[in-house]
Amino acid sequence: MIIKTRKEIPSSEITPEAVYKDRRKFLKTSANVALGAAGASLIAPAASAQTGDALFARAPAGINLASKPDWLVEKAANRTDAPATGPYNTDEELTPFGDVTTYNNFYEFGTGKSDPANNARDFNIEPWTVAVDGECGKPGNYTLEDILKPHTFEERIYRLRCVEAWSMVIPWVGFSLGDLLKRFDPNGNANYVAFETLRDREQMPGQRSSFATIDWPYQEGLRMDEAMHPLTIMATGLYDDILPAQNGAPLRLIVPWKYGFKSIKSIVRISFTRTMPNNTWNDLQPSEYGFYANVNPQVSHPRWSQASERRLPTSLFMPNRIDTQMFNGYADEVASLYTGMDLRRNY
Amino acid sequence: MLKNLIKPVIFILCLLPAAYLIYAVYLAFNGGENLLGPDPAQYLSLETGEWAIRLLIASLAISPLRYLFNLPSLFRFRRMIGLYAYFYVCLHLLVFLWFLLGWQWGNIGIEIAERPFITIGFVAFLLLTPLAATSFNAAQRKLGRNWKKLHRLTYAVSILAVLHVIWIVRSSYFDAVLYGGLVLVLLGYRLLRKYSPFVQQFSFIK
Repeated sequence: MIIKTRKEIPSSEITPEAVYKDRRKFLKTSANVALGAAGASLIAPAASAQTGDALFARAPAGINLASKPDWLVEKAANRTDAPATGPYNTDEELTPFGDVTTYNNFYEFGTGKSDPANNARDFNIEPWTVAVDGECGKPGNYTLEDILKPHTFEERIYRLRCVEAWSMVIPWVGFSLGDLLKRFDPNGNANYVAFETLRDREQMPGQRSSFATIDWPYQEGLRMDEAMHPLTIMATGLYDDILPAQNGAPLRLIVPWKYGFKSIKSIVRISFTRTMPNNTWNDLQPSEYGFYANVNPQVSHPRWSQASERRLPTSLFMPNRIDTQMFNGYADEVASLYTGMDLRRNY
Repeated sequence: MLKNLIKPVIFILCLLPAAYLIYAVYLAFNGGENLLGPDPAQYLSLETGEWAIRLLIASLAISPLRYLFNLPSLFRFRRMIGLYAYFYVCLHLLVFLWFLLGWQWGNIGIEIAERPFITIGFVAFLLLTPLAATSFNAAQRKLGRNWKKLHRLTYAVSILAVLHVIWIVRSSYFDAVLYGGLVLVLLGYRLLRKYSPFVQQFSFIK
């Protein structure tokens, strides 16, 4: 007979969890009231899994960060809700917090899925500056507070589809990237925006490895219209708390219709460029990873199919294999950005 | 006394990873604690595969170590280690068929076409099977000189295993360099020992 024991959660985690559960309950009831009986029956199977301890199962003991700035924690806790319907929300089952924070591709902290959670325990985000340069009116070095202060955080529940054919559903906290970029006054030559991850061999053991295939720092970029799209956010937290180091603290991109590698983590540079910027995976293996990297079930990766995905967590009895949707299910919102483009060529 | 303990100790050491994984699978099937993470099939596949190639390389290292350091006693462990390598290859294949393919034979054609490394791995499994089947003493006696020839298939298997690993490299060359390097050294030594008098002079057994 196996007795299930719950992993201990430090006191610092308990308040957000309680708040979280209450809020979920509220959302559920209000959604049920609004939609009536028919809607409730549709929501019920997913929503039942959106609450309770199961969401925090396998959670790491405490959030990985040397310290959490109070003002940032407060901002994350005071975030507004995601709209109940539409592309900013989904009633699909959330991936538990414990899985979102222990199964990561963040090669700066190691190549194994659990390496980032183990190697980023004392990651320091204070102080943090973001350099803004290129084709814009207000270049300069901005502190994290400069960057975040004017913005109200809101929740966005998005699907995250990794190019490795697994996926999650994550309640992010963040704000529209477009609103941030406008503040820097991009000029008419700003056709693209490029991002760079922190380079810090002291804190990031993966950057010290001689076997790494990546030429650090990690780089990504978006076309300006993609960056300004309302679905694209700068994420600062998940599950109502600030981002743990392994998920890209303190600031990361989320572009839900693209493969996960576009959603660059721990950003320290934003550059407005005339020409298409480099992106790390494309530099490494251009035949396998393109600049656009839109989720597309019809275009296989050379070494595996992209037609379906494993929605995590899977179990041994249930591979949880589901069909991958065009643009990760956001086709209604973003397909028009690519009208007339050959998506087989521009993968 | 101590000498007699070595073999059972190696036997148990080789069994430990499998025992842990089987225990973890047992827990998963009985609703116990999840030791396998959010993507258990992938984890099991990776672990069984890693142990298979490690043990395969260990079995390839026996002869060179014996020649270089005059350790004839190492031969006592070679069959056991080789059979363990085959055991982990079988577990690896079982994990693929059961947890990744879900016994959906209809999809196997697509899987193989889209992931050539699966084909390579399967060929390696097929080549290892007759070796495992002829590992016992009677077969060895019956096959005589041919036994040795047949078992040189291990060399081909080790090259296929390394290709299988290289094919799935994404973010780090570590495994590919480590296993590829070891196989290169172990097979290279055999070639040199055959043809180079310089290398031969370091060998205790001619």
